[in-house]
Amino acid sequence: MDIILQQVGYSYSKDTPFEKRALEHIDASIQSGSFSAIIGHTGSGKSTLLMHLNGLLKPSEGTVQVGDTFISAGTKVKGLKEIRRHVGIVFQFPEHQLFEETVEKDIMFGPMNFGVPEDEARRRAHELIALLGLPEDVAQKSPFDLSGGQMRRVAIAGVLAFKPSVLVLDEPTAGLDPRGRKEIMELFKQLHEEEKLTTILVTHSMEDAARYAEKIIVMHDGKSVMSGTPYEVFNNEEKMATYNLELPRTIKFQHSIEKQLGRRFTELALTEERLAEMIAQEARDR
Amino acid sequence: MLEKMIFGRFIPGNSIIHKLDPRSKLTFVFLFIIAVFLANNAITYSLILAFTLSVIFSSRIRLYFILNGLKPILFLVAFTLIMHIFFTKEGPLLFEWKFIKIYEEGIRQGIFISIRFLILVLMTSVLTLTTSPISITDGMEDLLGPFKRFKLPVHELALMMSISLRFIPTLMDETDKILKAQLARGSDISTGSIKQRIRSVIPLLVPLFVSAFKRAEDLAVAMEVRGYRGGEGRTRYRQLKWQWRDTAALFVLAILVSVLIWLRA
Repeated sequence: MDIILQQVGYSYSKDTPFEKRALEHIDASIQSGSFSAIIGHTGSGKSTLLMHLNGLLKPSEGTVQVGDTFISAGTKVKGLKEIRRHVGIVFQFPEHQLFEETVEKDIMFGPMNFGVPEDEARRRAHELIALLGLPEDVAQKSPFDLSGGQMRRVAIAGVLAFKPSVLVLDEPTAGLDPRGRKEIMELFKQLHEEEKLTTILVTHSMEDAARYAEKIIVMHDGKSVMSGTPYEVFNNEEKMATYNLELPRTIKFQHSIEKQLGRRFTELALTEERLAEMIAQEARDR
Repeated sequence: MLEKMIFGRFIPGNSIIHKLDPRSKLTFVFLFIIAVFLANNAITYSLILAFTLSVIFSSRIRLYFILNGLKPILFLVAFTLIMHIFFTKEGPLLFEWKFIKIYEEGIRQGIFISIRFLILVLMTSVLTLTTSPISITDGMEDLLGPFKRFKLPVHELALMMSISLRFIPTLMDETDKILKAQLARGSDISTGSIKQRIRSVIPLLVPLFVSAFKRAEDLAVAMEVRGYRGGEGRTRYRQLKWQWRDTAALFVLAILVSVLIWLRA
């Protein structure tokens, strides 16, 4: 499902003394089956932007097109449920949305809302418990008895359970330990590749954006200020610095090596593995 | 949708109303609420309404904004109005259709009581909109000071109040977040039968309670870590100062009350 934003603007608390401009003239397009990252400093409008992707917020100006549906300021709420079925959002700290008595029931909540029969929903819940690496006996436990990391996985399962074709992730790994982060990100990558999920990752982690994204959109002060492939975005260090964004650690390390060697590599290392290869290649060439 | 709620919010400003001492404002509103019940005819009601509007005007808060914030309460006002119109059976009969009988007194009472209700809400909204929660509780604690003698836990009450006021916006934001998360999972809150709608509140309330309890615990720990041990011997950074305008405000109220007593039927 293609997503196209045209001249999208949004103000919070419109027409009150608390009115706050959050988005301004956003143009962006996200192709079906792609993996995009949205990066930006705190308060740059990333989270506001992602709530436009499934009609939780309607743009004050401009239009959001999701598949064949157009959303603009005047769109009726009625038609939006259909979009939400196709665009799943995993919010920041999604474990805060757990409420059911058992993990199984909580995962089934989404699919049942979208009209999936109970048996099928239960089957999916058990499938996802296994996929997310949770112990099978967790299904009948209360979600509030789990550890923080496990709760996070259950909440993610609750979104995956209604099989959205677009998956929007808002800092899905915030507050997890390094190993948990890696496992969860690898899972999203696997889903993206196997299920052809269009994935949109909102993140503070330049490393994740560099490693996983095919396209990066940089947000600053409610505007989309840069977009392109990770190479294009991270090649422009000065511009990144003006938006208070750092380069990924691998690229910073690459730059310091380049300084030592007095010459530059031909490409940017987006992952540690790639950097190691490049250095090995360099050593062999010498 | 929740961002439109104004009740319990504070809008910083520089108007004369903002500058009043919280003690005078609290006393004023308390006495004003009693004074509203003095009104019992068209003149006194319009006087008190005009007075309320002029207070709102001098607080320099946009009237449109206040009225917009009243929307959630309008339902209650409409409800009282309708109840009075249909169930007060005094005065001459004005209208009759099958079992519906409307009397003059019903309409009169309905309108008066709705106005009274609106005035009360408006005035208390002005208080909370122009006074920061901290000043309100400071003022409250100070005014209730004398009751300490009767073993009334004044400081604890003030603390409880300031904590609840402080957390209204936080919990609102939290509700909004959880609401969005559940909507994203296909939960329907605005459609379906009443039974379905009530059921759809559960996914909202459970996470909200869980997080409220967690917050309460965190707050208690954070307070204890910083050595909080109740009000005994506690001094204040912000000292309250009674000024001439505070006396003037209460004087204005005294005039209003006298005029009301003079004009009431």
